[in-house]
Amino acid sequence: MSITLKNLSKTYGTQKAVDSISFDIPTGQIVGFLGPNGAGKSTTMKMLTGFISPTSGSATINGLDIEKDALEVRKLVGYLPENNPQYTDMYVAEYLHFVASVYQLGKNANSKVEEMISITGLTPERKKKIGQLSKGYRQRVGIAQAMIHDPKVLILDEPTSGLDPNQLVDIRNLIIQLGKEKTVILSTHIMQEVQAMCDRAIIINQGVIVADDRIEMLTSNDKKRQEIEVEFIEVVDKNLLLAIDGIKEAHALKGNGWKLISDKKTDMRVALFEFAKNNQFTLIKIQVNEHNMEEVFKDLTKKK
Amino acid sequence: MIAIFKKELNHFFSSLIGYLSIGIFLLITGSLLWFFKGGVLDYGYATLESLFNLAPVVFLILIPAVTMRSFSEEKNMGTLELLMTKPLRDIDIILGKYLAALVLVIFSILPTFIYFYSVYKLGAPVGNIDTGGVWGSYIGLLFLGASFTAIGIFCSTLSSNQIVAFILAASLCAATYWLFDIISDFPMFSNGLDYFIQQLGINAHYKSISRGIVDTRDIIYFLSVIVLFLAGTKTVLESRKW
Repeated sequence: MSITLKNLSKTYGTQKAVDSISFDIPTGQIVGFLGPNGAGKSTTMKMLTGFISPTSGSATINGLDIEKDALEVRKLVGYLPENNPQYTDMYVAEYLHFVASVYQLGKNANSKVEEMISITGLTPERKKKIGQLSKGYRQRVGIAQAMIHDPKVLILDEPTSGLDPNQLVDIRNLIIQLGKEKTVILSTHIMQEVQAMCDRAIIINQGVIVADDRIEMLTSNDKKRQEIEVEFIEVVDKNLLLAIDGIKEAHALKGNGWKLISDKKTDMRVALFEFAKNNQFTLIKIQVNEHNMEEVFKDLTKKK
Repeated sequence: MIAIFKKELNHFFSSLIGYLSIGIFLLITGSLLWFFKGGVLDYGYATLESLFNLAPVVFLILIPAVTMRSFSEEKNMGTLELLMTKPLRDIDIILGKYLAALVLVIFSILPTFIYFYSVYKLGAPVGNIDTGGVWGSYIGLLFLGASFTAIGIFCSTLSSNQIVAFILAASLCAATYWLFDIISDFPMFSNGLDYFIQQLGINAHYKSISRGIVDTRDIIYFLSVIVLFLAGTKTVLESRKW
């Protein structure tokens, strides 16, 4: 179930929310769709699910055009809209039965509803009204309704926003577990999430794609620069640190800590340990900061 | 469509909305027909005229109250996006909601058959009542309710605020019911135009059917109003794509 976007654009009045974006997602990939607020993530997802129409360009899901074959596309896609809208006065099981009947699951409806309730861990809450559930459980209901017809494509708009750290891990695992053998697009602005869940990241800013690559490639494209955090017990003079071969910058941190930037490709930790030994300093911390998704994101979306 | 219809109907009868609107309709029409001054017992004639004069006015308030949430609430809570991205055609959603509201209207009319039966029995001799007129009036009331429901559904797509939807619907129902009658009374239209203006309003056709003659022109008029407003609903829903 591949997803293909070709020059997809959406203009609201004079404002270009999505400006001619194109990408291809092969079957089975989990893709993180990243971008600051208002970048056009939700708009793109709304177009893919047929809630709004693109101003220009086209997109296909499994070869079906999102406009011409809208109903067929909707059968293939499970969608969790932003902010997870729900009928708060319906009971959990009642709601899932309603969704099952919308997808015309017929005889399978009962078993499917039960299956989703147990997979998403809603069993203890099944007799409650959706409005009474905590945010984490409500999110599970949202995921359950998106998955009940066993869709080949999952589109999740900020599935983990507003959850506490425990719920976050639960929902994340749920998506990884359920997302096997499915093509998944999920949007988020939590970077660790992309690193934890996705194969590939598409970063979008002001309606334009600024990066589209596998996570490893995105995080490793800047290896010329190393960032190391060190801390000594003693007070160390900045010039001494800058005298070390390869250290280009030194920024003081709290206590006697320093953030050092090196342009060398070799591991600087050896040199730093030698430096401490030779100068009789007591080194109590040494840590290489990886160039992580968060920085990639900041770099790509701030420049504009 | 069936799924939406069931969900809406469930919503009416799992909350107070359904019982309250049926109850209030029966309370008002019942008390005016039987107990208040000018009612059947006071007036002394075996007629249901006061029921059929009053029911449209009660519907004018009750139907917009029933339909005001149908799309407004979905818009407000964002669940419209959920519905619209399911494999449902827009018309399925509209008809599901429309028919569920219409069923509620029918349920509130049905118990008034007891009034008819009572007045029928009270007549001297028994059955001395214009049965044809009563059936015509029931058909007219049904079409009137169906038209008001279509107007109400249409108005609820116009705003995500239920109060706004209610006021719009009540005003629009009142306008289609009375306004054309009032305009046709203006002296400048006494040259014969007044008839045509009157025919644009619901009241003229309701009165015409109430006489017990089911005229195809009246039926076509009511069906046109219903189709017009449901088509309007569809257009407003599609406008999200513009």
